[in-house]
Amino acid sequence: MTLADQSTEVLAVPASRGACPFDPPPAYDQAREQNPVSRVQLFDGSSVWMLTRHQDIRTALQDHRLSADGTKPGFPFLSPGRRQLGTQSASFIRMDDPEHARLRRMLTSDFIIKRVEALRPQVKAIAADLLDTMTRGKNHADLVTEFAFPLPSLVICLLLGVPYEDHGYFQKQSHILLSAGSSAEQVRVARDDLNGYIKNLAEAKRDHDDEDIISRLIHRDELTPDEIATMGTLLLVAGHETTANMTSLSILTLLRNPDQLKRLREDPGLIRGAVEEMLRYLSIIHQGLARTAVEDLEIGGQRIRAGEGVLLMINAANRDHEAFPDADAVDVGRDARRHLAFGFGVHQCLGQPLARAELQIALDVLINGLPNLRLAAPFEDIPFRDDMLVYGVHSLPIAW
Amino acid sequence: MVSPAEDVKLRVVADRSKCMGAGMCALNAPEVFDQDEDEGLVVVLEPEPSAEHRYAVRDAVNLCPASALRFEKDEA
Repeated sequence: MTLADQSTEVLAVPASRGACPFDPPPAYDQAREQNPVSRVQLFDGSSVWMLTRHQDIRTALQDHRLSADGTKPGFPFLSPGRRQLGTQSASFIRMDDPEHARLRRMLTSDFIIKRVEALRPQVKAIAADLLDTMTRGKNHADLVTEFAFPLPSLVICLLLGVPYEDHGYFQKQSHILLSAGSSAEQVRVARDDLNGYIKNLAEAKRDHDDEDIISRLIHRDELTPDEIATMGTLLLVAGHETTANMTSLSILTLLRNPDQLKRLREDPGLIRGAVEEMLRYLSIIHQGLARTAVEDLEIGGQRIRAGEGVLLMINAANRDHEAFPDADAVDVGRDARRHLAFGFGVHQCLGQPLARAELQIALDVLINGLPNLRLAAPFEDIPFRDDMLVYGVHSLPIAW
Repeated sequence: MVSPAEDVKLRVVADRSKCMGAGMCALNAPEVFDQDEDEGLVVVLEPEPSAEHRYAVRDAVNLCPASALRFEKDEA
């Protein structure tokens, strides 16, 4: 094969989706089966490694020679806006240990299992209220704006001590941060704005003795106001966009798989496993987790050299037949706990106990509270979020 | 990795310096693992898990993202 032949075969990422909007781009599936550690091309013409196998990605995410620091040479970004997001006032998700561990551990106690369990009654009450409001006097709604976004937004506001009345403002800013099409300048402005908002909020909390996370961080006196703002912004954005999109996509998936929906309604004991299966099947981070090699290493038989970028396609890994038999089928009864939807390694999602509780409660309230739940638009007309960092749907018309 | 089915004394070791508080252990083997309220890091409740909890412990070891847990034969 000549060099010219090779260059025409390099896949450009993000690759386009195939016929099924729930599935990873067919090119990623093909790579996993034929060339699991392959070269792909980014928007700026540079090329990086793409990992697609479950075992390879699990191994890579535990390897300290792969850095999460966006300022390190070779770190792959999918657009100028994403580069801005990954480098401007970077939070601990874009740092390596020991600094990453120091900052993350300031928050670990807020998301421990028993604290989240204690929060369940409040989350249930919020979900029940939202369902009441959504269904009062009508028989159809947009699930995204009337339920899926408000639920996690209300919860994260409660935990952080952010006034929910401001949700129009912070959702708009986070939309800019997470839009694939945002320019570096748009991201910079939105980021500065949101950080300034959290900083003012934190300053106002200094004289009070509230229990929320931002109050606790400001009274800890270990972080600068800028660091608190960065951490607060991370939690606020990550805390609602992910769960919101998982909620809408899970409902859509269940409506498209009525046999699975029926099983779930008949056996409420399946709900916890079903949420893991939805996380596996949908894995809403579709454009890969990014790392760069700071030392030479070998993964899946392939040498990766220091300074080379790596994209880890967790959506392809979660459909790896070697890890999950019949991986492209939805099966709410399977053991899907090994999925990589929350990542793996030291950066694995800090808020996952909360996300799980919210999703379990949201699905339970919706499928059992609305026995006649159905789509109120043709499936072909549902607008999927291919233009966003977090996959999902922009709206989901439902009726009951 | 030892098999949970082995008829030997098995001991769970947690390395709190590696723990990142993801909570997979406390979620999947709550009889054996907890998280302390101050730091949110792993606490082993039952260092020599009884036979009925061994499979859950094996799952917790495999699911720990930070490789903070080990399951070993008790040589003592």
